[in-house]
Amino acid sequence: MTRDMHEWLREGLGVTTFCPGCGHGIIMGAVLRAVAGLGLDMDRVLFVSGIGCAAWIPSPHFRADTLHTLHGRAVAYAVGAKLARPDLEVIVVSGDGDLSSIGGNHLIHAARRGHDLAVVCANNQIYGMTGGQTASTTPLGDRTATAPDGNAYPPFDIVDLVMAAGATYAARWPVSRPRMLARSIQEAIQCRGMGYVEAISPCPTQYGRRNRHETVPALFDHVDSLCVAREDAAGMTADERRARFVTGEWRRG
Amino acid sequence: MKKPEKSADPRPDPVFVMGNVAAAEGAIHAGCRFYAGYPITPSSEIMEHMAVRLPAAGGVFVQMEDEIASISAAIGASWAGLRSMTATSGPGLSLMMEGIGYAAWTETPIVIIDVQRAGPCTGQATHVGGGDVMQVRYGSHGDYHPIALAPWSVQEMHDLTVRAFDLAERFRVPAFLLADEGVGHLRETARLDPGPAVAGRDSRKGLPPFGTDDPAGVPPMPCFGEGERLLVTGSTHDEWGWRKVDSPAVHARQVDRINRKVEDRRDEIVEVDARLLDDAEIAVVAYGFTARAALAAVRAARAGGTRAGLLRLKTLWPFPDREVKDLAARVKRIVVPEMNRGQVADLVRLHGRCDVIHHGQTDGRVIDAETIERLIREARP
Repeated sequence: MTRDMHEWLREGLGVTTFCPGCGHGIIMGAVLRAVAGLGLDMDRVLFVSGIGCAAWIPSPHFRADTLHTLHGRAVAYAVGAKLARPDLEVIVVSGDGDLSSIGGNHLIHAARRGHDLAVVCANNQIYGMTGGQTASTTPLGDRTATAPDGNAYPPFDIVDLVMAAGATYAARWPVSRPRMLARSIQEAIQCRGMGYVEAISPCPTQYGRRNRHETVPALFDHVDSLCVAREDAAGMTADERRARFVTGEWRRG
Repeated sequence: MKKPEKSADPRPDPVFVMGNVAAAEGAIHAGCRFYAGYPITPSSEIMEHMAVRLPAAGGVFVQMEDEIASISAAIGASWAGLRSMTATSGPGLSLMMEGIGYAAWTETPIVIIDVQRAGPCTGQATHVGGGDVMQVRYGSHGDYHPIALAPWSVQEMHDLTVRAFDLAERFRVPAFLLADEGVGHLRETARLDPGPAVAGRDSRKGLPPFGTDDPAGVPPMPCFGEGERLLVTGSTHDEWGWRKVDSPAVHARQVDRINRKVEDRRDEIVEVDARLLDDAEIAVVAYGFTARAALAAVRAARAGGTRAGLLRLKTLWPFPDREVKDLAARVKRIVVPEMNRGQVADLVRLHGRCDVIHHGQTDGRVIDAETIERLIREARP
């Protein structure tokens, strides 16, 4: 984190709780740069998160109101806060399991109703905090603590999910594209209705070591190699797309 | 027909109204400005009435995707500064339990109306039940102490809803109106008096929002958007909200305080309604809709020469333990009729040293006065 970001962090913080090589620190920076770039008053910004590694990106780090809620419920708490105080900028930052598995119902219904929320999903394709179990985003065939022979079920495409449900804007980038992430988070904050930004975040501790990505750079390279631009994915079959991370931006027509 | 003369009573004229609607009016009168809910019989009239009344009162109504989302949104709105509530019945209450624990641990004022129906499970959705007494007390994991009030009339559906908001805001706890289908769907006259304004939460800024020097204190609660940069978490936290998930001292202190803030001040909360007890040798302890039949039974028993009386529990949590203990010291026997298999009778046995006769009726019907009168007669020494 660069020095100019310190004013956005709470005083009295030591190191973060993220593992070495975790992509979540980059997401933390991208969210703060987005907020700073828009010139938002942090006293009018509320960050809401659920449970898991990603939920600790805003709480306790961000020097704003932070609501660290229950597993899967971040969006539902955010809906209540936003309806009660429409003048606040409400930004949800949470993980893939939190938002799309245990909290999937809240995510799609908030998108459908069009609540004016920005949702940032740190997608590491696994349950990190609890020890590396299969998530609803784990790629087909990849190994986890609960899929020792490889995951038998295909992953969700959460961008497709929220866009189909009624989100206004969605974007997906790997954390190796921090500027694209920050720019998309700004658009998600500024658009009316739900803006969803997914950051593909490598998890060396739980995901990398189970899937033979021996080093952090190797895992980052692996994630990047799976990324395919939306335009280039147009000719792919659904199964081919599901094996990749389709990156880019989506806007409701 | 002659028009009745204008009464000198300053209260609003009585209206003929359903209990659930009276409760919704009570919420509006208590300053509730946020409702999030999900339809469920037999509580839906509360939600439908709030959908009409809240926007007109400048509040926010939202129908959520389920009960988990409903209580979550209500808690979020409470931290955003609005008096918030939801209403449900047993199956929905089961889903709300994690949010109730979150409200207890983060000390979030919230009112939950539970219009009980006949359980377990989906049970008999349109029929009366009383099986949630222990669920509202112990339903979420860990140690916490919610407040629960039990109305017996349409008037109390209104008045105790107002009181539930007062207590929730003052003590920063989830407060329940533990109603049942009997009072919820009852139609009778009541005065829906806006009354004096409900005391709000202590919203002073700059102080620790999760700790007090008093080991049983209620800290002030500022809200989001005031520059306080609040740190709210469902993990164990110190007085400023910092996660302290490895500190035995912090965890013990916080668990102790969130329970003691209710228990040490139980006299400010507990209310009972004593009827015909001065010379009674047989007492009926009852609550909710059942207490109506109990009063009729007590009167009938007295007409037949039995000195019977009624202790009606208006507060169920914190439990009126001292009131029951005092009663047991004065009477020969206590009869407890209730629409469950002894959830309150066991507590009466725990706190009262006298014979306790329990009548638990779990057939989805209300307990009638004749049944209770027979129990009183049989209880005679």
